[in-house]
Amino acid sequence: MRPETEADLADMIASASAPVCVRGGGTRGVHLDGTVLETGGLSGITLYEPGSLTLVAQAGTPLAEIEAALDADGQRLAFEPMDHRGLLGTSGAPTIGGVVAANVSGPRRVSVGACRDFMLGVRYVDGAGGVVKNGGRVMKNVTGYDLVKLMSGSWGTLGVLTEVSLKVLPKPETAACVLIDGLSDVDAMLAMAKALGSPFEVSGAAHIPVGQDGQPVTMLRIEGFAGSVSYRADQVAGLFGGMAVRVERDPDAVAKGWAWVRDVEAFHGKPGDVWRVSCTPTEAADLAAKIGADALLYDWGGGLIWARVAEGTDVRARLGAFDGHATLVRGRGQAKFQPDTAPVAALSRGLRARFDPKGILNTGLMG
Amino acid sequence: MQMPTPNANVLSRKAGIVARLQEVLPSDAVISDEMETRAYECDALTAYKCPPLAVVLPSSTEEVSAVLKVCHEMGVPVVPRGSGTSLAGGALPTADCVLLGVARMNDVLETDYDNRFIRVQTGRTNLSVTGAVEADGFFYAPDPSSQLACAIAGNIAMNSGGAHCLKYGVTTNNLMGVTMVQMDGTIMEIGGKHLDAGGYDLLGLICGSEGQLGVVTEATLRILPKPEGARPVLMGFDSNEVAGACVADIIKAGVLPVAIEFMDRPCIEATEAFAKAGYPMCEALLIVEVEGSPAEIDEQLALILEIARRHNPVELREAKDADEAGRIWLGRKSAFGAMGQINDYMCLDGTIPVSELPYVLRRIGEMSKEYGLDVANVFHAGDGNMHPLILFDANKEGDLELCEAFGADILRLCVEVGGCLTGEHGVGIEKRDLMVDQFAPADLEAQMAVKDVFDPHWLLNPAKVFPLAASESRRSVALAAE
Repeated sequence: MRPETEADLADMIASASAPVCVRGGGTRGVHLDGTVLETGGLSGITLYEPGSLTLVAQAGTPLAEIEAALDADGQRLAFEPMDHRGLLGTSGAPTIGGVVAANVSGPRRVSVGACRDFMLGVRYVDGAGGVVKNGGRVMKNVTGYDLVKLMSGSWGTLGVLTEVSLKVLPKPETAACVLIDGLSDVDAMLAMAKALGSPFEVSGAAHIPVGQDGQPVTMLRIEGFAGSVSYRADQVAGLFGGMAVRVERDPDAVAKGWAWVRDVEAFHGKPGDVWRVSCTPTEAADLAAKIGADALLYDWGGGLIWARVAEGTDVRARLGAFDGHATLVRGRGQAKFQPDTAPVAALSRGLRARFDPKGILNTGLMG
Repeated sequence: MQMPTPNANVLSRKAGIVARLQEVLPSDAVISDEMETRAYECDALTAYKCPPLAVVLPSSTEEVSAVLKVCHEMGVPVVPRGSGTSLAGGALPTADCVLLGVARMNDVLETDYDNRFIRVQTGRTNLSVTGAVEADGFFYAPDPSSQLACAIAGNIAMNSGGAHCLKYGVTTNNLMGVTMVQMDGTIMEIGGKHLDAGGYDLLGLICGSEGQLGVVTEATLRILPKPEGARPVLMGFDSNEVAGACVADIIKAGVLPVAIEFMDRPCIEATEAFAKAGYPMCEALLIVEVEGSPAEIDEQLALILEIARRHNPVELREAKDADEAGRIWLGRKSAFGAMGQINDYMCLDGTIPVSELPYVLRRIGEMSKEYGLDVANVFHAGDGNMHPLILFDANKEGDLELCEAFGADILRLCVEVGGCLTGEHGVGIEKRDLMVDQFAPADLEAQMAVKDVFDPHWLLNPAKVFPLAASESRRSVALAAE
């Protein structure tokens, strides 16, 4: 199925009686039974107002088209959505609807927020074929319940997105990266906490236990106007007296380094399952030790652990109870999403039954 | 505004309900005397008053759970209340409700600077959250203007904003986790000390649900390191259009000020008479504040001033020191008080696309003449969150109704240009009946389905948010079940 309009889509869903597998660019590694429903026919930027920091686009719009339009006006999607293709070995063109449906955010999530934090509005077709809108195109909106957040990250299980509105932000003039060599995982978490707790607006904090030269490296990103970046990079470097600190001031090199972190390039082409663990940053090193991974990467100041493990490893069993959740990003042997606590699971089931009464949207995904 | 007819069955069972509440709470935590319940008869939307059946003031999550269990079993509606500062009537009781106040739950439970969060009980006031961490160089970003009094519980219920949202976001962007009690008494944790949901984003759904999905008793809030410094600049322009264009140009230039505040002539005149901040008498005034080190502030302000000069300002005033910065903010911060000195006023908070600012201000001016009521505008311009203050005389017959009709027209205008009814105050009862102007029946149905799941009997704050006609079938099912 490949609807060309929202009304077509609504008709298709209304008359569907068997599972439907919603697909934007097909790059995020969702494997489900059911008739594939491609959203690519619902494409195009509906509205872009740089002075209002607002962009509205149909859900099937290629992400690249949106990024190009923003770039032409010196703006960007600040939440830095990752590109899953290298990690998952998928091809195709990621869509904005896919980014929203999976709430895909990158390293800047730790400072500016996730995709869901930049979502202003949605239109979607629910599982009964009804068209619903929520939110809008303005930056402050508390009119009614925030279904925009609920739809973001619901992986197409509550409705098929047809249009999304987003808050966009100016691209900074330049960027620098403070690099600390040789820290243990535990010391790196403390260093990142110190940097993120400073007033110098660090917009990325990652630690790679085995860097490209085989040694550990901790990365702290600073972005903004040139004078400010230079000043803050020096201030941040100054927090780590006695350590092996360098400052990368070439913005292209900084961008390349952070794209490498964002897309977890260290795991590309390497075997095994890939897990993504959201946790309390200062607990990250201990949790990572429990996982016993073949390779690790810490982002979000430690709040996000990327772990590459042997196929079929039950990472959740190894982690035990902790404040956070583990998602299987690459691999098929375990449930993709962390099971919810009983009361949360009951509410989630209840919501799904109401939004998708026929039980046909991405059946089998999310509990 | 209409409120539903109180359930006579519940009213007749008052003694039994109070007795059950007294069984599960300490004696000083249940108020049922008709004189004493009157202290809770309204929130900051003072035009509407109704004493509740009883008031409970629990001191712990467990006590909240016990209260809700009793009310659930006995089919009694519950209206949750933070500090009662809602401008939308979000905490307005009904005669047949138990009003559940969280004011006694105001402890800081945990402060963690390495992980940048604070965990508090939700009766704690907004400003005292920052107060608990500021000596260590941190702050809690959302800053509604009632922050001295308003509680985190209410901030979460209404997804409160403030003057600094352009940079830091609103409550939902700064909320990491909650302990919530469902109407049947179930205590649950949502979110925590980590980022993002592992499944559905229930935290995002609860924030802004106006106390209709559960009672939030504890919250994990993101705290941020305080910037090195901040400095405002004041600009005066000879038209709203020019000021609006200047705002758009500042944003387009890549500067992200922490606040952009806008005041129009009626507002400038009123605040000048009241606070004597020394503002220029002009059509529109902007206060733009940026943050950082002194050199960073200079860098940003230089750019902002260069943009402002292109728009031929009638006044550009930089703050050379903290005292001058204080004077620039003085008038803005006194604006609401100044209006209160002149008259009764109604404050709206519809949001519009920034590009529609000049048109909307012009239309409000025209409508002001048609209705014969004065309006002053003061608002967060960077994010399009308007705050028209309509002046009226509460003692004059029919003036409140006239004011409400004017307000409704302004909000419909906001929706018409692509905006919304409320940017930060919430719907409550005030904008409940205007929801049909923003949402189609299917849109409201989807929202009400969420309430069905969280609160199947529609006992939590039931007469709010949704037009009474739209929610009636659900509320009457709940009543029939008694």
